Amino acid sequence: MGGWSIAVHGGAGVDPNLPLQRQEAAKQLLTRCLNLGISALRSSLSAIDVVEHVVRELETDPLFNSGRGAALTEKGTVEMEASIMDGPKRRCGAVSGLTTVKNPISLARLVMDKSPHSYLAFSGAEEFAKQQGVELVDNDYFITEENLGMLKLAKEANTIMFDYRIPLIGLETCGAGAAMESPIQMNGLPISVYAPETVGCVVVDSQGRCAAATSTGGLMNKMSGRIGDSPLIGSGTYACDLCAVSCTGEGEAIIRGTLARDVAAVMEYKGLQLQEAVDYVIKHRLDDGKAGMIAVSNKGEVAYGFNCVGMFRGCATEDGFMEVGIWE
Amino acid sequence: MGWALALHGGAGDIPLSLPPERREPREAALRHCLQVGVAALKAKRSPLDVVELVVRELENNPHFNAGRGSVLTTKGTVEMEACIMDDTKRCGAVSGLSTVVNAISLARLVMEKTPHIYLAFDGAEAFAKEQGVETVDSSNFITPENIERLKQAKEANRVQIDYTQPIQKEPTADGDSQIGTVGCVAVDGKGNLATATSTGGLVNKMVGRIGDTPVIGAGTYANSYCAVSATGKGESIIRATVARDVAALMEYKGLSLKEAAAYVIEECAPKGTCGLVAVSATGEVTMPFNTTGMFRAAATEDGYCEIAIWPPSA
Repeated sequence: MGGWSIAVHGGAGVDPNLPLQRQEAAKQLLTRCLNLGISALRSSLSAIDVVEHVVRELETDPLFNSGRGAALTEKGTVEMEASIMDGPKRRCGAVSGLTTVKNPISLARLVMDKSPHSYLAFSGAEEFAKQQGVELVDNDYFITEENLGMLKLAKEANTIMFDYRIPLIGLETCGAGAAMESPIQMNGLPISVYAPETVGCVVVDSQGRCAAATSTGGLMNKMSGRIGDSPLIGSGTYACDLCAVSCTGEGEAIIRGTLARDVAAVMEYKGLQLQEAVDYVIKHRLDDGKAGMIAVSNKGEVAYGFNCVGMFRGCATEDGFMEVGIWE
Repeated sequence: MGWALALHGGAGDIPLSLPPERREPREAALRHCLQVGVAALKAKRSPLDVVELVVRELENNPHFNAGRGSVLTTKGTVEMEACIMDDTKRCGAVSGLSTVVNAISLARLVMEKTPHIYLAFDGAEAFAKEQGVETVDSSNFITPENIERLKQAKEANRVQIDYTQPIQKEPTADGDSQIGTVGCVAVDGKGNLATATSTGGLVNKMVGRIGDTPVIGAGTYANSYCAVSATGKGESIIRATVARDVAALMEYKGLSLKEAAAYVIEECAPKGTCGLVAVSATGEVTMPFNTTGMFRAAATEDGYCEIAIWPPSA
């Protein structure tokens, strides 16, 4: 063991009927981002730089739910959030309520590095973004046709959609309280196909430093001002000396389960190894909630887990292992 | 095993030389809030009701950094935040409030009346209007003391956690004098637990800055083991996931409430940054802090009662 490791995700909870074409597109994006991270690691970039770099790429691509392609609020606008954490001193930065910042994860990094605080939100965060000179765009830039369509359908069904759906063909449904009796269709496909996802990246570099980053637009049709797990340190994102974790799924369940912190806590306080810790937390900390996570340890291990149907993910280690997947 | 209650009015660099005119109103407030809480527990109100009630009292008191009496942002405005949680892990949080008289009650409404946990800024204010909670013009929260604190902080060009000394004092090693936040934790005789925390944040904070209070697991946390409310330097409390760690140590390492809380305060948060109040499902109570002082009060069914500011004499 030892050596670097990297994992990326594009969200947990996937429609088992997702058309192959979309599955391929997702896998290609994950592969591309993984390779970006691997190059960076081979150039000896530190873990914190790698996770930011990779998540920026995921934010820029509209395929997943972050940056461009982010889920829409009930008002049809985008409110993005992100957080980043650097294991060695547990420095962290988080942002919420962004509407014009092209790469939320980079603003989160600036909060960590250039402000006296850990978390900035809404107009205060936007003001900080201006001061820092980060790239700003109109809110329209982030909005995709697909997501406008999905918002409309979600409103018609009068439901808030979690950042993934599975179809109601089986008895299993995710999205507590948002189950519908008849599958909603858009362009001939079940709406679940279009469910946008949160993105994240965790890395341990060759010096054993761990870092995590998570970014999202949140829930489709969410109330304006709603904050989910992604910017909350200990819930959606966590990193310390031992490990780094990024979660995705039902935000409210992830918050209640303080999922990311709990992985590290069971390693620290119960002596579990990384995969055991991920499995333990997924099994015991979610109650009725559906979620997934990726994690790395300071020993160079990589792990992931999820309790719903599928999670877009990829992982790679220095000794040549590489895997991109969606299903169990 | 009976009920237990603990509350705080902030941990920080509270000088031993605090003049009576600044100490007495706060002690009186702690005593009053303790009585309110104890009466409610004796009347069999749920711990969730009790913590909300007590924190509302603390918010209404202008001597503490929450509600009226909140410290000011760098623009001289008020941005309040709060969080409530019970042992079933239901929770609610709000940030960026500027007109809501009782932030903690809005946090409770988020928990009970929305599918979400956390609402902030304009969205939270809009929700407050929908819910018809009491709102006032933002100027009502601003006290002369806090205008003065902001002025001093700007002169010293530093961000400080509430409780300020006049600037003649030598700055501490990290330059901050630290206090802030109010909170309450309660357990009934049946192991039902709840916690509530509320604050105006840091003096001279950037507009939009969110601290530990509304971050579940950082400043506020409850599960079937215990209920915790923390206070101090928000950025340190977030990084150390203070409230969650107390419960995690009990659950994963089998520590008692006192041991778990002491460990977190001594080992996980830098000296001078943190205090907390906590109760366990079995009726224990603890109020450790690593700052000069912490405004606090506690009582248990078997007759224990304490109101204090500084550490007990060795």
